[in-house]
Amino acid sequence: MSPDRPAMIEVRGVTKRFGDFTAVDDVSLSVRAGEFLTLLGPSGCGKTTLLRLLAGFEFPDTGSILLDGADVTCQPPYRRNVNQVFQSYALFPHLTVRENVRFGLRMQKVPAAEAEARIRDALGMVSLGEVAARRPDQLSGGQRQRVALARAIVCRPKVLLLDEPLSALDAKLRHTMQLELKHLQRRLGITFVFVTHDQEEALTMSDRIAVINRGRIEQLGTATEIYHRPRTPFAADFIGQANLLSGAVVARHGLTARVRLDGGLELTVSALELPVDATKALVSIRPEKIHISRSRPQTENVFEARIEEEIFQGATDQLRLVTDQGTRLQALVANESAMNEAFHEGDRIFCGLHFDDLVIVHAE
Amino acid sequence: MLNRALGVWTLLGLVFLYLPIAVLVVYSFNSSRLNIIWEGFTFDWYARLWANGPLIKAAKNSLIIAGVSTALAVVLGTAGAWLLHRYRYRFSGGIRTLVAIPMVMPEILMGISLLILFATAGMRLGFTSVIIGHVTFCFPFVLVAVQARLQGLDPALEEAALDLGATPFKAFWFVIIPSLRPAIVAGALMAFTLSMDELIVTYFIRSAASTTLPIQVYGLARVGLNPMLNALSAVFILATVAFVLFSAYLKKLHPR
Repeated sequence: MSPDRPAMIEVRGVTKRFGDFTAVDDVSLSVRAGEFLTLLGPSGCGKTTLLRLLAGFEFPDTGSILLDGADVTCQPPYRRNVNQVFQSYALFPHLTVRENVRFGLRMQKVPAAEAEARIRDALGMVSLGEVAARRPDQLSGGQRQRVALARAIVCRPKVLLLDEPLSALDAKLRHTMQLELKHLQRRLGITFVFVTHDQEEALTMSDRIAVINRGRIEQLGTATEIYHRPRTPFAADFIGQANLLSGAVVARHGLTARVRLDGGLELTVSALELPVDATKALVSIRPEKIHISRSRPQTENVFEARIEEEIFQGATDQLRLVTDQGTRLQALVANESAMNEAFHEGDRIFCGLHFDDLVIVHAE
Repeated sequence: MLNRALGVWTLLGLVFLYLPIAVLVVYSFNSSRLNIIWEGFTFDWYARLWANGPLIKAAKNSLIIAGVSTALAVVLGTAGAWLLHRYRYRFSGGIRTLVAIPMVMPEILMGISLLILFATAGMRLGFTSVIIGHVTFCFPFVLVAVQARLQGLDPALEEAALDLGATPFKAFWFVIIPSLRPAIVAGALMAFTLSMDELIVTYFIRSAASTTLPIQVYGLARVGLNPMLNALSAVFILATVAFVLFSAYLKKLHPR
């Protein structure tokens, strides 16, 4: 994924209102050719509306949308070389799998011989060759999902839009399909725009993630960027877990600054994202970045805490901590061994934090 | 014990439903003119039925009128249901109620109002007036059946068709209509049946040449019951049973 590839989709200052409600609020976004972009956000945040604007089911009130350099803002869906996989799959119930896949080619009047070859390829790609003669109601959820996918990719769209396509599947199957979708996207080289409210899905599959909240893009970046360096409280809280702590900036020393949390605990943080005149800061700490140990660790920040509650989660233990200053924190430790190093409720422990793992998500 | 009691009840129910029909069919083969006494077996009444010119003519009229009315009702009802479902109009709810009212309106009122309408418009009574009348009370049934089906239809189906390159018309024709087929068929059957045995409305708006079967039968029955009418009924029952079996067979052949 090189950043100098041309933009496949350009969204420029698009706003969409439904009555008084602003579903998409002045969004600009550029998706590169061949990229897997995920629109991530809670329900009602506008991600689906944005997808529908790209598909042509809705038209923006202001702004424009370019597809591969051409303005498609006012073009109806049947004139756009974009296809969608619907959340409900929307398979045509009266047609067999093969006829469903053929539908788009029939509408575009693709010659029969070519159509047959493309249908065979598409069905093979999602390994559905042997159920081609069945009707949708004779298929399992996973198979329907694949038919919806085959029906869209057989049209060779410039962009494939996916509206929470995995949400109806059970957890195991969802994981398998996540990887399959990602591999398929790599193989086809088609630009994917994927909508989901599932942050784990977004982290697993995407080249880049757009975190959307209240009709706006809060942050756009790779999965690691967004996870490790969230730029807004919402992004920090929505993706993964985060301890969000507010405090006052009390000192600055070049690249670092001291922040005194509301409880009194003082921490050294990176000053890179801290505006010069900032006096207050909201700090985000990922639970797994708090190093818990019985001996004093070698980190910039060290403080003592008591384990208030321990929750066994299989691979990890979730610990609820209270520092001596009364600040509550969540931490995550790996269950490396069934015997050793288990922490228990009531234990007093040391907490270590690298200053780089404290991210300032808001300052004023 | 309980099972046996239930069995008896079921049997009684079936007897209640089908005994009159069975008696009617049996007496169509009775050589007596009277429906009460069994004299002997004969096909005579069927021969007379076939030879009764006006009755056969009326039957043909009824089939033509029911066929044309059903076709028009299906087109109007389906289009109406789609438009009401797909687009929001001012007074959509009001329109829906207004469309449903003819289903419950007393037929006598409908007959009189249609007659007044045709008279005011200076229209001569005949096939056209009867067909217009029949479409008026038949199409709401199609509309309601199709509307119910539309409510259960995934709204994404139409979008999926558009997304795959179908124009709105093609999406309607290749995706919506086939998905509505069961409702359209049910509505059409209802319309055909209603039109076939409608008596009162037709009575007001027909001409002598466009007399339908129910009116002709009513006229005959007024003169006196006659095993020929039994024979006629038996033919109808046979046609109905054949039709029901045929549609069951089709359903088995193409589920959904």
